[in-house]
Amino acid sequence: MFSFQTILDNFPVLLSSARYTLLISVLGCFEGLVLGAVICAGALSSKLWLRRIAALYVSFFRGVPLLIQLLAAYYLLPVIGINVPALVAAVLTVGLCAAAYLSEVLRGSLNAIPKGQAEAAAAIGMAPRDVWVRILLPQALKIGLPAIVNELILLVKASSLVTVVGIVEITRMSQSIAAATYRPLEIYLAAAFIYLAINLVIAQAGRVLERRLTV
Amino acid sequence: MMETLHRYGPDLLTGFGLTLLSWALGTLLGLVLGFVIEIARRFGHNLLGYPIRAYVEFIRGTPFLVQLFVLYYGGPLIGLRLDALPAGILGLTIYGSAYFTEILRAGFDAVPLGQIEAARAIGFRNTTIVSRIMVPVMMVSALPSLVNFAIILTKETVILSMITVPEIMFQTQTMMSETFAFVTPILILALFFWGFVETISRFGRRLERRFTHYLLDRS
Repeated sequence: MFSFQTILDNFPVLLSSARYTLLISVLGCFEGLVLGAVICAGALSSKLWLRRIAALYVSFFRGVPLLIQLLAAYYLLPVIGINVPALVAAVLTVGLCAAAYLSEVLRGSLNAIPKGQAEAAAAIGMAPRDVWVRILLPQALKIGLPAIVNELILLVKASSLVTVVGIVEITRMSQSIAAATYRPLEIYLAAAFIYLAINLVIAQAGRVLERRLTV
Repeated sequence: MMETLHRYGPDLLTGFGLTLLSWALGTLLGLVLGFVIEIARRFGHNLLGYPIRAYVEFIRGTPFLVQLFVLYYGGPLIGLRLDALPAGILGLTIYGSAYFTEILRAGFDAVPLGQIEAARAIGFRNTTIVSRIMVPVMMVSALPSLVNFAIILTKETVILSMITVPEIMFQTQTMMSETFAFVTPILILALFFWGFVETISRFGRRLERRFTHYLLDRS
């Protein structure tokens, strides 16, 4: 029999574990955006070796499952002498992976900005870095907003994989509650609905931001 | 190293086979289910739209891992008792269908209405319109996204290891916990998937060229 009582009893604990899900997603997204912008700059650079590195990076992080990346970071970092808490390794990896996807998003939206703008900015004497930071990036962020929001939603879902390195976010917490109560159906469905709620809020916030944002 | 390979080689190979099998079946069945859902939404009763929308939102809004847990660990509570592998393939099918149906929707929306009306005017039946007009035209615009999602699904197959499907990830983890060698296996696994994904995307580009052949030739 489906037991709502189980869900009600365990919901507060489950919900409080959502803060790790949110923490990992938000930090991962910021890291991904910053690093993604750098990689995107590399991909559009005039130097061949920079373009090669950027292409290799994107191909690797998009070609290898995140679960494997997470385990690799978790097991590899100590081997090369870096001992970081699991949470740091998780955020780092999720961000590295997001950077690959976001750099492609940014590259796509940069292509949509008329070439004349960068040329005009250069003509009035802006330094290349200023052109990048003040003219191109803000517009790319606005054009790419729907895809970036999409990526953030994917990140929230991807954060469920960090259970493998032992961080107690929603999925891990629901695993332990399910094991303790023997009610996996109810608990996992409750977890699913928390994720769904988070993602619906993000999607709605994205739509509002899209309307409001004027660059 | 050679000894380890000798010891674990067969397991790794069967693991690789299961990865391929679950990916191929999951993608194929997901595509079929997604197609059926999209046809139902397009030609079925208007009320069908709401449950289909809820289904798509639910599947796309929740992590695949959690869906697998609901299916595999929660399923028995409602009498759905599946072994790990069938549960994994069913999970991939359901997950894929939600995304595929959205891709197909966008693809079908891009088919010019005039072509469908013309087909209807000369007396095509609905089934013929779908198979002879809508699907071939839709393929041109939707194929890149379909291939893209098939690639995403290859990477989702490793998550099946968490419900104990003995695919390549599961076998590698078993090997790692028994030999205490972590770095090499996981790097090899990463390289393996990289190659797998690159192969499929090459193949996808070939497929794209075939479907858009007629667009290029007549210039």
